[in-house]
Amino acid sequence: MSGDGLLVTVDSHVHRVPAQVKVVALFVFVLAVVSTPAGIFWAFGLYAVILATAVVVARLPLPVVSRRLAVETPFIVFALLLPFVATGPQIDVLGVQLSQTGVLGAWNVLAKGTLGVVAAILLSATTAPRDLLGGLERLRLPATLVAILSFMVRYLSVVSDDLHRMRIARESRGYTGGRVGHLKAVAGGVGSLFVRSFERGERVHLAMRSRGYTGRMPTLGQPGATRSQWAQGLAISLLAVVIAVAARVVAS
Amino acid sequence: MSGPAIHVERLVFAYPDGRQALFGVDFTVERGERVALLGPNGAGKTTLVLHLNGILGSVAGGTGSGRIQIGGTGLHREHLPEVRRKVGLVFQDPDDQLFMPTVRDDVAFGPANLGLRGAELDERVHEALVQVGMHDHADLAPHHLSFGQRRRVAVATVLAMRPEVLVLDEPSSNLDPAARRELADILAGLDVTLLMITHDLPYALQLCERSLLMDNGRIVADGKTRDLLGDADLMSAHRLELPYGFNPLSVPGPER
Amino acid sequence: MRFGRNKIKNDQVHVPDGFFNAPTSVATGLIAAGAVGFSLQRANREIRETGPALAGLTAAFVFAVQMVNFPVGAGTSGHLLGGALAAALVGPWTAVLVMSTVLLVQGLLFADGGLTALGTNITLMGLITVLVGYFLIRAVLRVLPRRVGSVVPAATFGALVSVPVAALAFTGLYAIGGAVDIPIGKLATAMVGWHILVGIGEAVITAAVLSAVVATRPDLVYAARHLQQDLVLVDADGNTSTVSPDKPIAAKPAGRSLGVGVAVTLVVAGGLSLFASAHPDGLEFVGAKLGFESAAKGSAVAGSPLADYGVSGIGNSEVSGALAGIIGVLITIVVGLGIAKLASLRANKAS
Repeated sequence: MSGDGLLVTVDSHVHRVPAQVKVVALFVFVLAVVSTPAGIFWAFGLYAVILATAVVVARLPLPVVSRRLAVETPFIVFALLLPFVATGPQIDVLGVQLSQTGVLGAWNVLAKGTLGVVAAILLSATTAPRDLLGGLERLRLPATLVAILSFMVRYLSVVSDDLHRMRIARESRGYTGGRVGHLKAVAGGVGSLFVRSFERGERVHLAMRSRGYTGRMPTLGQPGATRSQWAQGLAISLLAVVIAVAARVVAS
Repeated sequence: MSGPAIHVERLVFAYPDGRQALFGVDFTVERGERVALLGPNGAGKTTLVLHLNGILGSVAGGTGSGRIQIGGTGLHREHLPEVRRKVGLVFQDPDDQLFMPTVRDDVAFGPANLGLRGAELDERVHEALVQVGMHDHADLAPHHLSFGQRRRVAVATVLAMRPEVLVLDEPSSNLDPAARRELADILAGLDVTLLMITHDLPYALQLCERSLLMDNGRIVADGKTRDLLGDADLMSAHRLELPYGFNPLSVPGPER
Repeated sequence: MRFGRNKIKNDQVHVPDGFFNAPTSVATGLIAAGAVGFSLQRANREIRETGPALAGLTAAFVFAVQMVNFPVGAGTSGHLLGGALAAALVGPWTAVLVMSTVLLVQGLLFADGGLTALGTNITLMGLITVLVGYFLIRAVLRVLPRRVGSVVPAATFGALVSVPVAALAFTGLYAIGGAVDIPIGKLATAMVGWHILVGIGEAVITAAVLSAVVATRPDLVYAARHLQQDLVLVDADGNTSTVSPDKPIAAKPAGRSLGVGVAVTLVVAGGLSLFASAHPDGLEFVGAKLGFESAAKGSAVAGSPLADYGVSGIGNSEVSGALAGIIGVLITIVVGLGIAKLASLRANKAS
């Protein structure tokens, strides 16, 4: 687990957009997508084109993006269940009776969910964790929360390496304790991981106080975005809002 | 700073789980001295050292008794910020001290808390990084550095506060020979009072003219490093052993 | 998640974008923001003592542990969500912050969970599981003997119940703002039924992990901090003295919990009122199902500016409805915070 998140280190226009602009832009975009009535298929086509363009401009390798889409799999199951579970008028699909609203609902979940995941991948692959936190700080996220996030990101790799080493140690000893004993071993390791993480947290805090910390964390110093940077960054999102409004008008 | 750099009197301490770690520790370190703190694992060396800037002990709201003075001033809650600037503690695990996103952020943390800003802060950060030879790596994240590099940056984070007493916990552990030598050069060139916990006896002899030997929460010997290391009975009584082929009488001590 | 190396996937199912409609996403976002802000206030005293590093490391711990495959018996394995465990280990407010941070990082840095669904995910997995878990821990601890070991059964029970309750909350949310119509009865049975099983797994794992911590460092367990024994010290001359263990960082005065409970209820209720205004059909539907319809007639505030969820003076009914809901939420949050503040001031005076 890396403290680099999912960052893909290439240079592109998208990478250079300030983090706070990207966060706002993506929220607005996804909100627009979620507000679009499910039946207006052309709207979703447009969204997909917009996102695909952004992925290309960001120079993200396609295999990387599609691999990360795999996180979607759990709720695909839910989506596929909907046609069988939902009520309302039935239609015939390949000889199977499916709920009409259920099929539309499945499409709704799949389309919006996938677009949402790609948007999130776009954000995480083009923004270094430090810059993302700096952007959140500029967006007035409370300083304590930014500090907690910052420490979490910094020590993610340390803690999960600890866990990994524990697992390797356990497996190297060819653990054959039987099921009940097995849980005890894993949980014991996790328990001691908590103690170690807690103690490390205390030591870090003491290292901070040793260097004069009295409660205020230094800011991450993310520079503010200019008006033109905001305009550039929000352009796609505002386009999406226009599409969403148009779709609503057409649907009503 | 008036008075001895460090003065500890009848220090007693127990951990929250009831295990007592210090059974009455007394010692004094004068300004400019370089002292090694030797002893087997579990002797209480790290515990003792954590008392020196108020991390453990009654000032921290913990359990214990005894008196500690740094530069003539007693260790009380009100003096803590000043003591923490004067006594720079470099932990054994650099990951405990490199908690900011980049090296530059970490080294700047201390001086920024002292009130430095802008160009003055950048200057101080640069100076500390140059002292440890890491100024090329200022914008890297800690997990991109090797262990030895992280150890050096950890020292820089403390040096940036311009401490008067530098306390190091196992500075040479896990370092490859070149990194070990580089660190020794850095430490030898610093103008501070030095207290160094170490198992690395040649390192102790190289850098510190005086040594304290601790065992079972008490100080059992206090004298010239060369004398301690040359006393075979003392060493074996407290589980200390010289590295293969090392004769403390055959090498020069620290150059001052 | 390790990409390229041992792919250990995070099996937590986060709500994706598109499950809930936009007004619901916004509303849960507001609730989550309010709850996190509230927890920050509450936890700040502790955080000032122990530092944000401790919370950050606990968050890193929870994140890492959520990916561990725990064998839970009968040949199955399960994952830990960690809400009740976190509450037992670091206290409820820090736990809310910890869980929210984990969800934030998962959503923003690891593209796991919909960006618009962050509010929902934080409310369900970060707020409800923690608060229900902690409430039950406190309740059970009142009944069990005053020993450090008692936190384990207390937290186990808290973990067991917290999961199905969150599932119930999910069903409630879906009834109001789900994007697709599903018979609520069916959904409730399926969700709650499945999550009772998940809750059992959560309980078993919580019990195992907490026992391990209590066995080595009971002083680190927030929920056990008043259950410890005094220490006996020996100094150089052999004299003994008795000392009580390190004082807990922020002993909670008694009056706070009530004020806090009221405040949280108001925040949640306020949020629900927003749903109602955004989807009058949804809440009435639920209300009709549960027989509340008759109670809605002839409300005493019929003449007030917010009556019938319409802000007077604003034309479009949907906009004014949403606006009324938002105003309602803001008022309840402010009132809730005010009550909590008063309660804590009174309690501080008393202590």
